[in-house]
Amino acid sequence: MGLFFLVPLGLVFAISFASRGTYGGVVWELTSANYLDLLHPLYGKILGQSLWYATITTVICFALGFPLAYVIARSPARWQPIFLLLVMLPFWTNFLVRTYAWMILLRHDGLINRSLMALGIVDSPLDLLYRPTAVVIGLVYGYLPFMVLPLYVAVERLDPLLVDAAWDLYASRWAVFTRVVLPLTKPGIIGGCILVFIPSIGSFITPDLLGGARSMMIGNLIQHEYLVVRDWPLGSAVSFVLMAIVMAAVLLYYKTASRSDGRLEAR
Amino acid sequence: MASLSTSPPSLSDGSFSSTPPTIEIQGIVRRHGAVTAVDGISFEVRRGEFFSILGPSGAGKTSVLRMLAGFEDPDEGDLLIDGRSMLHVPPNRRPVNLVFQSYALFPHLTVFENVAFGLRMRRVPAPRIAEQVRQALLMVKLLGKEARLPAQLSGGEQQRVALARALVNKPAVLLLDEPLAALDQQLRQQMQVELKSIQEQAGLTCVCVTHHQEEAMMMSDRIAVMHQGRMLQIGPPREVYERPQSLFVSRFLGVSNELPGKIVGTREGKTVFQPADDGQPSLLVPAVSGQESDRPATLSLRPEQLRLTQERSSLSDEVLSGRIEKVLFAGSEMKYLIRVSRDHLWEVDTRPSAHSAGFTPGATVFLHWSTSDGRLFVE
Repeated sequence: MGLFFLVPLGLVFAISFASRGTYGGVVWELTSANYLDLLHPLYGKILGQSLWYATITTVICFALGFPLAYVIARSPARWQPIFLLLVMLPFWTNFLVRTYAWMILLRHDGLINRSLMALGIVDSPLDLLYRPTAVVIGLVYGYLPFMVLPLYVAVERLDPLLVDAAWDLYASRWAVFTRVVLPLTKPGIIGGCILVFIPSIGSFITPDLLGGARSMMIGNLIQHEYLVVRDWPLGSAVSFVLMAIVMAAVLLYYKTASRSDGRLEAR
Repeated sequence: MASLSTSPPSLSDGSFSSTPPTIEIQGIVRRHGAVTAVDGISFEVRRGEFFSILGPSGAGKTSVLRMLAGFEDPDEGDLLIDGRSMLHVPPNRRPVNLVFQSYALFPHLTVFENVAFGLRMRRVPAPRIAEQVRQALLMVKLLGKEARLPAQLSGGEQQRVALARALVNKPAVLLLDEPLAALDQQLRQQMQVELKSIQEQAGLTCVCVTHHQEEAMMMSDRIAVMHQGRMLQIGPPREVYERPQSLFVSRFLGVSNELPGKIVGTREGKTVFQPADDGQPSLLVPAVSGQESDRPATLSLRPEQLRLTQERSSLSDEVLSGRIEKVLFAGSEMKYLIRVSRDHLWEVDTRPSAHSAGFTPGATVFLHWSTSDGRLFVE
C-alpha cells in the first residue's frame, strides 16, 4: 500500500526540484526555481480563487447538507436507507457526464433559462454558464453527498432527548442548535467539511467545463502545466503547494476544533 | 369490571383543597395515528403537591407528561398551569422542567454547565448563576463535582445532576419521568427518601410518572392510576390502595387475593356474597349500592388484611378455610400461599412469631378479616 502511495509522491516531489527541458522533458538539475516562480502574482490569484471557491462550496454544502442530513436521520427508520440511496445515486454516473448535464441545464437555451422565460420571470436568457456561480453550483452538486453522509452519521447518533432537554430548559430553536446540536455533531461537521474542501480545491473538470477561461483553479493550473505546457517540474511544484495548503487547512481545523473543546471543559 | 359504586372516580379529593390548583387538566385527548394514547382525562394538581401518575407501560402516562412539558399538544381539551392555558406554548416558554428517565444530560458540558444551562438561556447574570447552581448542587449533595463531565459520574450522581438541572430553575411544576427507574434497588430507595425531602424542603409541585407502585405510594400525596388512556382512580395512596374502585386498580397496587362468586342478598345492611366454590360459606361485605341478586362478582382482599388461625374462632367477622401450599420467609415477614379454592391461591403476610409453628404446608387453616375490609367488584 505504502509503495503505491509513496513512490509516485516521492517522484513528483523530486521532479518539483528539477528543470524543464527545451521540449518538455524533465532535466535532473536541482533547482528551487519552480517554487520561486509560484510567487508570481498570477499564481497567487489562481490560488486565492481556488481557496475562495473551495471555501464557499464547503459553506454552501454545509448549509444545504445539514438540514438534509437532519431530516434523513430523524425520518422513520425504514425510509432512511432509501433517502441515503437517493443521496448517493448520482455517483452511479460518470462525473464528467454529470458536469456536461449541468452545462445543458445552465446554457442560454438550457432548461433553466427556458423555464424562467416561459414563466415570464425573465425576458432574455440569464448568463449562467461560464461564470463563477456555475463553478460553485457544479462543485456543490458534485460534493454535497460527501457532506451529507458524515453529517447523517453524526445526527443519527445524537440522542433526540438532548434536544428535548435543551428545549425544556428555555433554549430557543437557535440556541438548541448552537448549544447542543452543533457541538455534539462537530466530528461529523469537521469530517464533512474536509471531505468537501479537499476535492473542491483541487478540482479541474468543473471549473474547466462550467467556469470558462477566467475561472481557473489550481487543479486547472496543474493540468495545464503537465499536459499543455509540458512543464512537469512546475506542475509538480504546484501540486506540492496545493498539498501543503490542504494539510495546513486540515491541521488548522483540527486545532481550532480541539481548542474549543478544551475551552468548554475548562469553564 | 367496575366497582358497584355508581359515582365516577372522584377527581378532586385530597388534603390540598385549600390551595389553588397549579395544574388543571380538562378533558384532554391525544391520538397517535389510529391509537388514542390519552382518552379524555381531567385532574388538578395543587401547589406543593407530589402527584404521581401510575400505570403499566402503554397506559398513556408519558403522553400526559410530554403534553405538560409542551413537546406534544392535546388534540382536544385544555391544559392550564397557574391559570394560564398552555396550548401551543412551546416547552421553552413553559414554567415547567422535566427530569428525563435517561437523564438526557448534555455530554459535552460539565456538571456546572449542565445545571447552569436553563439559567444561561434565561440570561441570568453570571454571579447569580454561580450562586444558584451552588445551592442546587448543595441540595443534591454534589458540591465539588462541578468540573466533571456526565460520563465521569456514577448513575446515582447523574440522576442528581438531572434533578439539580431542573430544580435550579425553580419551576412552577417539576415533571419527573420514571425518575428512579435506572437506579439499582438500594440506591432507588435512598433516592426516594431524598427526592421526597427535597420536594418538601423546596415546596415543589411535582408530577411524577412511574410504573413502580411502591415508589408512587411512598413519595406521593396523591396518585392517579392510569390504564388504556383513562384515569381509573385518583386519591391519596392509602385510599387508592385500601379502597380500589376496580379490580385493575386492586391488582396493580399490590397483591389482590381474589375469589369469584355472586351476590345473593342483603343482611344487616351489608351485602351477602356467595363464593362460587360450594365448599365455602357465604360472606358479608360492605354494602355496595345498586346491588342485585345473582350478579357475578369478585371479592378482593389485601394480604395484610388477613389473619391466620389453626382453629375456627370468632377472632374476626369473616372467615374462610384453606390449605397451606407454601411458606416463604422474607425476613421481616412470613408469606403464606393458601389454596382457598381449586383455582385460587391467596397470599397472607404475617410477622414471624412463635405460634406460626403449626402453619406448615398441607395444614388446614382459617383466614379471618373484618367485614369492612372486603372489596367486591361486579363483573
